Amino acid sequence: MTTVDGRHPLDREAERLAYKPPEVRHDIQGDMETEERVEKAMHHFVKNFNSQTASYLDGCLHCGMCADACHFHVRTDDPRYTPIWKLELFKQAYKREAGPFALFYRLFGFKKKVTIDQLEEWQHLLYDSCTVCGRCSLVCPMGIDIAGLVSMARHGMFMAGLIPHELHETAKRAAETGSPLGITPDKFEDRVEWMADEHDVEIPMDVEQADVLAVMSSIEIQKYPQSIAATARILNAAGESWTFRTDGFEATNFGMLSGNPGWQKEATMKLINAAIKIGAKLIVLPECGHAYMALRWMGANMYGKPLPFKVMHISEYMADALNTGKIKVKKVDTSVTYHDPCQVSRRGGATQAARDVIRHLGVDFREMEYGGDYNWCCGGGGGVVTIKRADPLRHRVFKLKMDQVEKTDADELLSSCANCRQSFDDSQEHFNWDYKMGSLMEMVAENLEDEA
Amino acid sequence: MDLLDFARGPALQVAAYILVAGVLWRLVGIIMLKEKPEFSEPRKPGGFMAALKVIYTRSFTAAPFKRATLYPKMLAYVLHIGFFVVIFLFVPHIVFFEGFLGFDWPGLPNNLIYLSGVAAVVAGIALLVRRLTHPVLKLISNFDDYFSWFVTLLPIVTGLMMPVRMGVRYETLLAIHILSVAVLMIWLPFGKLGHTFLVFVTRGTTGMVFERRGAKT
Repeated sequence: MTTVDGRHPLDREAERLAYKPPEVRHDIQGDMETEERVEKAMHHFVKNFNSQTASYLDGCLHCGMCADACHFHVRTDDPRYTPIWKLELFKQAYKREAGPFALFYRLFGFKKKVTIDQLEEWQHLLYDSCTVCGRCSLVCPMGIDIAGLVSMARHGMFMAGLIPHELHETAKRAAETGSPLGITPDKFEDRVEWMADEHDVEIPMDVEQADVLAVMSSIEIQKYPQSIAATARILNAAGESWTFRTDGFEATNFGMLSGNPGWQKEATMKLINAAIKIGAKLIVLPECGHAYMALRWMGANMYGKPLPFKVMHISEYMADALNTGKIKVKKVDTSVTYHDPCQVSRRGGATQAARDVIRHLGVDFREMEYGGDYNWCCGGGGGVVTIKRADPLRHRVFKLKMDQVEKTDADELLSSCANCRQSFDDSQEHFNWDYKMGSLMEMVAENLEDEA
Repeated sequence: MDLLDFARGPALQVAAYILVAGVLWRLVGIIMLKEKPEFSEPRKPGGFMAALKVIYTRSFTAAPFKRATLYPKMLAYVLHIGFFVVIFLFVPHIVFFEGFLGFDWPGLPNNLIYLSGVAAVVAGIALLVRRLTHPVLKLISNFDDYFSWFVTLLPIVTGLMMPVRMGVRYETLLAIHILSVAVLMIWLPFGKLGHTFLVFVTRGTTGMVFERRGAKT
């Protein structure tokens, strides 16, 4: 029989093999008192309640089917990632403050006030684990646009200074310098000159009158500068009167992604003013998903009236130019699959454009299973790719995308969004996943016939 | 006034007033909130037809989600169809409706009605079990979900009890059945059962917003 050694008594109270959840980082910005922070969040939640959001927030059945459409839930089985749960505080605020029965909810305490602890917890749900891809919106039997509500809920979070630091800093830099990566007009001009030399292509800059204003995303300017040359080659080949402008070149909109409508408007107005200044009839947006949503579908609402010019994503422009014979491309002997940027295809309605372009390229096109409008998101949209602490989760989610791509057995993967591309690059490196990923626009530019 | 007179008379009447007033209050409360003007150039017409399209199409599950949602969707269909059949195709109910509508329509044989009712109750119980055990549903469910479940199944159960009797007077069972309907009518406008009318608003709104973009609805 063994006896307990009295010099080393057993500590039966000590936790052992118990699950200790990792400490979650909640970021705060500004030096507001807790109460003020909560008030600000509530005030800006309420500001967003209109009849559309109200019907959505009132209409939820709690059926939970949105969980089956969300990549974050599908990959983790964590019920907190159920899309409608991410809106629980927004819903709580609506029912208590603005819904048809708000008075009763307050009077009888049926819906409690949102607390700072809840808001901090929901920071992770509204930012780190939602790319606003909108796949959940397609499964909802009530037809609720859950992704649109997440964007609105972010307004309250931003105003309360409760968003992830990285996203805040990126958005702030964009507001202060005009670019989330700090690309100044001079730097943009330098990059353009460099690309013009490197690729031997004429790139008009700051032309005073032009039919087309082309804009770029900072990710392209910084990380994929060949996109600048590709854009120029396509527009030159189409014989357009076009220009880049140093007073309106940045297409990304981190004000929108972070939840600051003021910054969103400033960024949008820069492009609108530049286009009006040169009398443009068209703005061609770059390969960037959220830029399309920000200008094509939200730009006029920021402007307060219809835009005096058209807005096209570069994939739409190329499809139109190819369909009308403005540009021609050589056939390319390869097999490709295509990753749809959520904001361009599923939520933007331009799904067919990329397929038209691919058809003209004559490649062996292998559509992903449930591709197009039902495509799995890359995991990096909605600003998630900027949030460092979200990397492990984002990588986990990316596995769905990898499987979807690999099943096609295509030689290469094309997309039309620099943000997706960045997300792919990062995840490919993480997984040592050797897959050729490229830009649809660059493939067109490289295979142009009769370049002007 | 006995219990049946009370149930048939004031109880049902008050329940009907609350139902109508509650539905109007909730709809007006939603519609009265400000609406943002939409200035973007539409890709497609959108409008009322788009709303109608999505009200219809969202009744069906898109292919990518079919496997994952098959079980709850199947149960929900059985519950809804069973409920509809019992309410509108049971001959005594048709006679009741004819009393204030002034016209009738053909009903189904009682056996089919009982079968529909039992199927609806079984589906309802299966949905409740799912709500109590599924991690997602456990997290997102609240009082409204459980109470709405209770008041929805109550009239079907009290209706199904009528031919069984179990020693209780027919008039008493009928009164209990009508009162359970009154409870359902009173609760309907306030909780999640409001989806009976909100479904047209939410689906219609999404139809109008996304169809004009040419986006997937």
